[in-house]
Amino acid sequence: MLDGFSAEVLARFQFAFTVSFHIIFPAFSIGLASYLAVLNALWLRTGNDLYRILFEYWKKLFAVAFAMGVVSGIVMSYQFGTNWSVFSDRAGPIIGPLMGYEVLSAFFLEAGFLGIMLFGRERVGNGLHMVATAVVAFGTLLSATWILSVNSWMQTPAGFSINEVGQFVPEDWWAIVFNPSFPYRLLHMVLAAYLTTALVVGAVGALHLLRDKTDMASRKMFSMAMWMLIVVTPLQIAAGDFHGINTLEHQPAKVMAMEGHYDSHPDGAPLILFGIPDPEEKRIDYAIEIPKLSSLILKHDLNAPLDGLDTIPDEDEPPVAIVFWSFRVMVGLGFAMLGLGGWAALQRFRGRLYESPMLHRAALVMGPAGFVAVLAGWITTEVGRQPFTVYGMLRTSDSLAPVAAPAVAASLMAFIVVYFFVFGAGTYYLLRMMNGSVKAIGKKRFREEGPIRTSGITPAGQYSDKKEVNRNVRA
Amino acid sequence: MFGLELSFIWAGIIAFAVLVYVVLDGFDLGIGILFPLTKDESERSVMMNSVSPVWDGNETWLVLGGGGLFAVFPLAYSVVMPALYMPIILMLLGLVFRGVAFEYRWRTERWKPLWDMAFFGGSLTAALCQGIALGALVQGIEIEGRAYAGGWWDWLTPFSILCGVSVAVGYAMLGATWLNLKLEGRIQRHMRSLAWPAAIGTVICMVLVSIWTPFLDNVYFARWFAWPTAGFSVIVPVLLAAVVAGLFFGLRRQQEMRPFLCAQALFVLGFIGIGISFYPHIVPPSLTIVDAAAPDSSLWFALVGTLVLVPMILAYTGYAYWVFRGKIDPSEGYH
Ligand code: HDD
Ligand code: HEM
Ligand code: HEM
Repeated sequence: MLDGFSAEVLARFQFAFTVSFHIIFPAFSIGLASYLAVLNALWLRTGNDLYRILFEYWKKLFAVAFAMGVVSGIVMSYQFGTNWSVFSDRAGPIIGPLMGYEVLSAFFLEAGFLGIMLFGRERVGNGLHMVATAVVAFGTLLSATWILSVNSWMQTPAGFSINEVGQFVPEDWWAIVFNPSFPYRLLHMVLAAYLTTALVVGAVGALHLLRDKTDMASRKMFSMAMWMLIVVTPLQIAAGDFHGINTLEHQPAKVMAMEGHYDSHPDGAPLILFGIPDPEEKRIDYAIEIPKLSSLILKHDLNAPLDGLDTIPDEDEPPVAIVFWSFRVMVGLGFAMLGLGGWAALQRFRGRLYESPMLHRAALVMGPAGFVAVLAGWITTEVGRQPFTVYGMLRTSDSLAPVAAPAVAASLMAFIVVYFFVFGAGTYYLLRMMNGSVKAIGKKRFREEGPIRTSGITPAGQYSDKKEVNRNVRA
Repeated sequence: MFGLELSFIWAGIIAFAVLVYVVLDGFDLGIGILFPLTKDESERSVMMNSVSPVWDGNETWLVLGGGGLFAVFPLAYSVVMPALYMPIILMLLGLVFRGVAFEYRWRTERWKPLWDMAFFGGSLTAALCQGIALGALVQGIEIEGRAYAGGWWDWLTPFSILCGVSVAVGYAMLGATWLNLKLEGRIQRHMRSLAWPAAIGTVICMVLVSIWTPFLDNVYFARWFAWPTAGFSVIVPVLLAAVVAGLFFGLRRQQEMRPFLCAQALFVLGFIGIGISFYPHIVPPSLTIVDAAAPDSSLWFALVGTLVLVPMILAYTGYAYWVFRGKIDPSEGYH
């Protein structure tokens, strides 16, 4: 079925497929871990059971999303070797230790404390449980930090030399870890994860408000999510702007592709809002443009000259159409999120935050927008790096493992079938849980759960009401 | 000179990570392998709950093994992964199925049997593939220049299959002795009765593999049968015999801790045995530890953090096991 394709194309597709699935779960679990820590802290501080109810509700969703993140991530860490072994041999001395640090400092931390966070409250007490919850949240952020450092180094390599067998040899670890695009990418990705989570939480809140606008728990989560949106979206747009300016400095060809600038503009480049890239003729058809705006955004000067792809050798040119479109999807969604956040702020100001079905429907529709924006952003970043794996240094076509095309094709098919089945089922369970009412968790005094046990086995009776909670949530 | 020592320190650390992986994840994969042997829903729940809080941490040692190899022996990593392409991919897919089963099976009534099958099938596949990968590595991997030079079915031989079966049976033994330790009553007796055949099977497999291995390669043969190395090598089988005796004795006496520890010791000794055969290669027959090592600057950078972080990891992993120590209460569990 996948006969006519080279091992390279298949391996690229396989990597893109598995990593795209993977990133969906971290984008959600990074944000949700922090949200859970905040909810638990608020509960401990205020004693308001609403927070604990929300904590218990989202905890279950977190557990499922996290499991999916873990299994899809383990696949990633072996794919470098199976499909990109030449890349692994060459770049391993640099990115290997960074990923090693990710495992040692982040994955173990998350995994080690996750069990206590999910299962251990009764065994360790509220205080230590809070610590475990915060540590899990911290671990997800640490994990993002390391892997984004790796990815950023591949985009903007720094601090290395090349030895006689062609390996990248580390010279300056500080320069490697804090390579030029890393701070921007880290900020942008973490904000993206927070936005993604806020949109999901907001959509779930909105769904339940549409059914019953008096429900306190739904009101609380909707309100929290909308606060998050109005605060974080402007930051994200600003971060994206800085990110783009940084990319212009280090990877100009990528920005040319994002902007659709096939031609150079010596006196002020237009901002192409929409258009259809024509790779053959090297131009944008039916372009709707705003004169000189691109120069203003990228150079903060209306008349600044901007080079186009005509200055880049053809063999170094990234695929323009994909980058052009994915960038517009991301930015468009960014502004849509801003719109939603602004609308919610307005309704809040008018005291109608919970009384506005139109707003709730909009929030529901925007629920998945964060995931789409994250994927679009990564596609912009990764495809824009082509045709290199290590930008300017190592070509994708030279990175490939010596595996036979049929082997890659077979494993690719297996990944596609398994991923759609397994993660499809998981997504279905997540949606079903989100559809379940928060109210069902009921009003019970969590504080009075009985004495905190620091050791030993807890008698069975203690859990009876907790069981009931779970049954209700699942129902 | 210094670089040489560093690469050996690292070989030791990687070997340690793989060993910890086997010791920790072995029993939890084993639980999956034993899953179909009980049809009782409450028994299955309690079996799974005995590892729910810790399985993720256990599996992270596998990521460290692979990631560590990538970091400090990138050449070995880039040769071994393509050579073991099929078993590695299958193992990963197996781990996907069993990993999600921990959560999914509680989220659906209708598909519960399906996720139970996934838990079993995934665990068994992962165990078989790990054994096959090990067997294929012991057999030797063909290298030319800096790349794998064989075909994509080279890993499949009678020897590698035997290794796969051995690991699967061995993990089942670890799982049964773990459950014997963590459970009570009827299900505990059931698991103890399963520990017997699993342990006998494991011992038979280990004997077969041990007899076969020296004949795969002259170097291995010399290591085991020629003086002076044979003097040291002979210690391993002697210890093995003692451990096997302890295992059966413990099961007979219906003890709980001893069978589990002896079963683990069986794996540790098998691992040491393989180490004796391998040394000083990292990928037999031609790639040595020194040749495969990353530049010194990488080794140093990674070593500093490892020496600080690994003891911390061991400490809080130990703490997590301590929190969830003791017999499993069937009514406990957050699901
Ligand atoms: C910006 C965030 C981000 C990005 C870009 C990636 N990951 Fe990831 N990854 C996480 C954020 C994350 C996380 C949030 O930290 C996860 C999700 C669930 C978890 O256990 O940690 C995770 C899990 C996770 C795991 C399982 C850890 C465990 O066993 O607990 C592995 C092995 C990887 N990832 C490896 C990778 C690789 C090789 C990537 C690149 C190709 C990658 N991740 C991209
Ligand atoms: C997690 C979100 C990510 C997504 C959605 C993503 C997406 C993609 C896509 C679409 C490609 C294929 C590009 C093409 O063939 O034109 C690709 C390739 C690749 N990416 Fe990523 N990527 C992500 C993260 C990462 C990270 C964090 C790393 C590094 C650790 C990475 C390393 C690579 C490598 C090695 C390739 C293969 C070589 C190549 O085709 O460039 N990616 N990715
Ligand atoms: C509307 C304003 C936005 C602008 C101007 C913007 C700008 C950018 C730019 C220029 C890049 C490419 C970086 C590179 O060269 O490698 C990028 C990547 C990315 N964007 Fe955005 N972005 C915006 C909104 C968003 C939103 C709303 C999200 C998600 C919720 C998002 C998620 C991402 C992700 C995940 C990446 C890839 C990772 C990275 O390189 O940081 N962006 N963005």
